[in-house]
Amino acid sequence: MFAELNSILNTFPDKFSQEEFIIISERRCDASFLIHHFLSFYLRARCKVCFLGLVQSFSHYNAVSQRLGVNLVQAKEKGQLVFLEGLQESLDPTKGLQDLFQFVRSSCSGPSGPLGCTDRSGGPEEWGPPVLLVDDLGVLLSLGVSVGTVLDFSHYCRATVCSRLQGNVVMLLHCDEEEDDGDDEGAEQLLKGLTHQCSLTLHVQGLPTGYCRDIHGQMEVCWRRQQADEQHTLNKLFQYKVHDKGASFFARGTSSAFL
Amino acid sequence: MAAPVSGVGNPGVRSSSLNSTSFQKKTRSKLLSIPGTRPSVQNGQLLVSTGVTSLDFLLGGGLAVGAVLLIEEDYYDSYSRMILKYFLAEGVVCQHELFVASAQDSPNDILQELPSPIMDDVAIPKPVEQPRLSSEPQDSLDTMKIAWRYQNLPKVQSTLTSSSRFGHYYDVSKTMEAEIRQAAKCHCFNLPDHPQQTTPSYSPTLESYSALLKSLQEVIQKEGFAVTASSGKSRNILRIGLHSLGSSLWGDDLCCCDNPKHTHALTTFLYGLRALLRSSLAVAVVTVPSHLIQNRALMGRIAKLSDTAIALESFKGSERETNPLYKDYHDVLLSRQAGGYSAATP
Repeated sequence: MFAELNSILNTFPDKFSQEEFIIISERRCDASFLIHHFLSFYLRARCKVCFLGLVQSFSHYNAVSQRLGVNLVQAKEKGQLVFLEGLQESLDPTKGLQDLFQFVRSSCSGPSGPLGCTDRSGGPEEWGPPVLLVDDLGVLLSLGVSVGTVLDFSHYCRATVCSRLQGNVVMLLHCDEEEDDGDDEGAEQLLKGLTHQCSLTLHVQGLPTGYCRDIHGQMEVCWRRQQADEQHTLNKLFQYKVHDKGASFFARGTSSAFL
Repeated sequence: MAAPVSGVGNPGVRSSSLNSTSFQKKTRSKLLSIPGTRPSVQNGQLLVSTGVTSLDFLLGGGLAVGAVLLIEEDYYDSYSRMILKYFLAEGVVCQHELFVASAQDSPNDILQELPSPIMDDVAIPKPVEQPRLSSEPQDSLDTMKIAWRYQNLPKVQSTLTSSSRFGHYYDVSKTMEAEIRQAAKCHCFNLPDHPQQTTPSYSPTLESYSALLKSLQEVIQKEGFAVTASSGKSRNILRIGLHSLGSSLWGDDLCCCDNPKHTHALTTFLYGLRALLRSSLAVAVVTVPSHLIQNRALMGRIAKLSDTAIALESFKGSERETNPLYKDYHDVLLSRQAGGYSAATP
C-alpha cells in the first residue's frame, strides 16, 4: 500500500468508495506495482479479495507482498483471499471465459466463499465488500481469446461485483504502440471499450526518452465519474519511482534527483 | 620427566575418505546450493550466469532460475547464435544439464560449436585410472614421503573452485574439447525427428510447439528438475536453449505473412513455457527472428510474455557500419524489457 497513492486517489483503508471499476493501462513499462498496491490496500481494508493472477506465480506475488507488509498465505488460509494461479490452470481459450466468470462469481458472492471455509473458532469470518483484481487481461488476448469475449467478461464481472455486490473491480491491461493500419483485434480496442465502462483510469507509461534511473515513468489519473462530494474532474499527471518497498509519486519535474 | 603419552594411536591411516579435514562450510539450509548459481543481492533469488559476464551485469547479476530470456535475432543470426552457444557452454562448465531444440540445424551441430573455456581450474574429468599392480617400480616415485597425508586427495582441487566461480571466459576461436562436452548431459530435440500430422481441427497452438512443450515436460519430470521433486539426490539446473522459434521451419507463419493464421501459437507456447519453468529449476534462452515479424504489436506481446528481452541489431549490412561512433563495437544490444521477475523494482 503506497501512502502517497492513497492521498492522490483519496482512498484509505477505512474509507474508500465502493462500486468502482478501476482500469490500469500500461504502455512501454511495467505497472504491476499498482496491482501490488491495490492487493495490499484491499487486504488491509478487510475486503474479500478474488485475485486472478494470470501472469506470475503465487510465490512471486507473495514475495512482493511480504515486502509491502501483507502475508498472502495467511490471507488465503483465513479465506480472505481467493487466488487463481493462471499458470497452473490450463486455460482453454476455445471454450470461452465462462468458466473463469463462474469462478469469479462463486468466489465473490457469500461471506466466506463457495467452500464455506470456516475457521477453527466456529462461524465464518465476516469480510467487507468483495474486490476482483485481474493481473493482465492482455494475457487472455495472447492466448487467443477475442476482444469481444474479454469485453463481455469484464462487463459480466462489473455487473456482478460492482452493481450487485457493491464491490470494486481492478483490471490491468498492457497495450503496446500499434501501427496506424493496425489490425482489428488489439489491446487498443479493448482499452477503449473498458475505459468507456470504468470509473477511474490510471494510464501508466514509460518516459518517451527511454530508461531513467530516478524516474521510472509517468502516471495519469483520470476520473470518469463525478465524485459525490468533490466536484473535481481534472486529470492529474504524476511521475513515479518504484522502490523496493513502495513507490513515490511527484509532480512532473520535481523528482528528488533534480531538486 | 615426560609422562608417556598413551592412547594416541597410529596416526597413519586415520582418514579413509577423501576429505582431509572435517571443516564444513556452513550453508544456509533455506537456499539451495547448486554449483554454478549464486543468490541475487537484491532479492535472494538464485541466479545463473549467461556465459557473457557483461550481459550478466546488464541483467542485474545473472539470469534468474525459472525465467525466460528472449533474444531477438540480428539479421544473419550470428550474434544471437553466439550468445546461445555461450549460454550452453557455461552450462557444460558448471555441470548443468542441457536441453537444445532446433528446427534448422541438428542440435548436435550447435553443441559441436561451443566455445572452449579459458581456464586452468575447469574440472576436466580424468579417465579412470587403471588399478596399479604393487610390483610396479613407478610406485616408489609417486608415493609422497613428506606430505603423505595428502596422498589420497585428487591432484587438482577442481570441484571447489568451479562451484564458487560465477561466469567464465571463453575463447571463441577454439571449440570445446569433446571430453569436456561429453561430461555434460544433453537432451536434444530435433524437429525433423518428430513427424507432424496435420490435423484440420482448430487449435491455438501448433503441433511442433506442443511436441516441444511435451518433451520439455517429460525431461523435467524424469530428471527431477521440478521444484517439488524429492530432494534426495543433489539438485541441478536444466539449461534450455530454443533456437529460432517462430521461424517458418517450426511450421509457424508468423514470419511469412502480414496476417498469419497461427497468430497465437508462439504466445501460447511461451505462456506454457513460463508455467513450466516457474515450477522447476530451469532457465530458458529463446531466440526469435523478430526482424521477420511484421506485426509489431504481436512482437510486443511476445516480449511481454518473457521475463527479459534483448534485441540485437548487427552493424553488418546496415548504414551504421560506416558510422565512426560505433567503430569499436559489432552490434547494438537493445534491452527491451528489464527483468522484473520476483522484484517490485525494474
